Amino acid sequence: MGFETFGKVSFTAETRAAAFVDHLAQGKVMATRCKSCGATYFPPKMDCPTCLKSDTEWVEVKNPGKLVAYSVVGYAPAGFEDDAPYIIAVSEFSDGLRIFSRLSKDIKAEDVKPGMNLKVVVAKLPGDRISYEFQKV
Amino acid sequence: MDDVAIIGVGQSTFFRKSGLNIRELCFDAYKESMQGLDLTNKDIDASVTCSAPEYDKQRTPSGLISEYLELTPKSAFLVESVCSSSTSGLRVAYSLIKSGLHKVVAVIGFQKMSELTSRESAERMGRGADIMWETPFGISMPSGYALFAQAHMAKFGTTEQQLAKVRVKNAFYASKNPKAIYPKIVTLEEVMASAPVASPLKTFDCCAAADGSSCIIVASADVAKRVSKIPIWIAGLGAATDTMSMSGRKTFTSLSCATEAAAQAYKMAGVTPQDIDVAEVHDCFTISEILAYEDLGFAKPGEGTRLIEEKQTYIDGKIPVNVDGGLLCKGHPIGATGGSQMRTIVRQLRGEAVEAQVKNAEIGLVHNIGGVGQYGNVIILRR
Repeated sequence: MGFETFGKVSFTAETRAAAFVDHLAQGKVMATRCKSCGATYFPPKMDCPTCLKSDTEWVEVKNPGKLVAYSVVGYAPAGFEDDAPYIIAVSEFSDGLRIFSRLSKDIKAEDVKPGMNLKVVVAKLPGDRISYEFQKV
Repeated sequence: MDDVAIIGVGQSTFFRKSGLNIRELCFDAYKESMQGLDLTNKDIDASVTCSAPEYDKQRTPSGLISEYLELTPKSAFLVESVCSSSTSGLRVAYSLIKSGLHKVVAVIGFQKMSELTSRESAERMGRGADIMWETPFGISMPSGYALFAQAHMAKFGTTEQQLAKVRVKNAFYASKNPKAIYPKIVTLEEVMASAPVASPLKTFDCCAAADGSSCIIVASADVAKRVSKIPIWIAGLGAATDTMSMSGRKTFTSLSCATEAAAQAYKMAGVTPQDIDVAEVHDCFTISEILAYEDLGFAKPGEGTRLIEEKQTYIDGKIPVNVDGGLLCKGHPIGATGGSQMRTIVRQLRGEAVEAQVKNAEIGLVHNIGGVGQYGNVIILRR
């Protein structure tokens, strides 16, 4: 599976990080770590500009995390109109790793509290597409 | 330090829909910038065109603008950093002159945003985020800044009403600006009643997409003193970046690109925030102006809202900000915006801002941000 199946609308097909989507298919949300200097990356990257090496390993993101910031999007960009309203958010996980995603539709806007515990999990989307989202712990 | 000057500034009227071609829009700004100068287009050594190309039907517009203004065969090229493109262009012009390569450089910014619908525009700007990792979630400029508004509220108790007061101020000054897209006052109630866009931001918390252009004529000291009555000197320049991705951000209560750029500019100019007499800040959203107060050191972190509550950023206050209407109400034609901010400060320092003049303004500041805090430019000007 290539990266073109990632997310509601994907603008990217070819990438060294395409295995991210294979991991999603197996139910795992992964970050990468540079084997040389130990830097951990989310979004995952396969190249370390400090070490000048492309020798990274996949590491699973450890749940739970905490909500850092969010917004209920009422006016969606073209291509996303059917989804609105949806809640975008940044959450922080162990080692200061931050992830940008959406909150699960199960979470009502009035129940969202800054600092609340969340887990990042795989989300299957219509049309055999795949992504990840934040859910209540 | 007085070795590079702004000798001319101009902008077109900012329109919802201009009915003009981009070359004609650029002419309007160029014309105003050259008025009163003992200089013609033959004396311009290079042109730096500034635009966010995602909006342009015309590809590689720098050549077209150069031809229309009859600047060929002089050097011409495009500079882009989304909404801060024209102050990035200014930074390049400063370097071209400081290096001795050129004596006079025109920085021409434009955008014709009416060529796209509002939703298409939101989608294009969404692709100004990381298209691989974040655009697929449906992020846009308003929702990116909304994260900052929400975090600022949660940490400091900032309210939607306080944000709304920024719009009320900027609308008040736009009502005096004949080049503003919305030259009319709005009430706090109107702002509070406007439709939600991305919580906590509502329609009136958001700037106006516009067609428009700006032009800055930059010159070496010898030329500036010869051809211009009141050269305005570039005293300090700062430029910095932060991550494209929101996941890469360390804080959502400040734009680190702005604090870093401001520190550079203050140091270069040898001034402090208290020395600034008048400022133009990048109020693409109401929260952006509050963040700017704090990032520029006009207020301590978390206390920016006090400035607007106490009306300290009105013309008679401690630090007048966006007394031309700002991006919110004057309009935000992406590539033209920084040049328009420069125009306002230059006119203030020359004492020409008849519609809303800050008394005895000698030192002014421009804060121009690209994207959701991806690029930050801060410029300090001195009479």
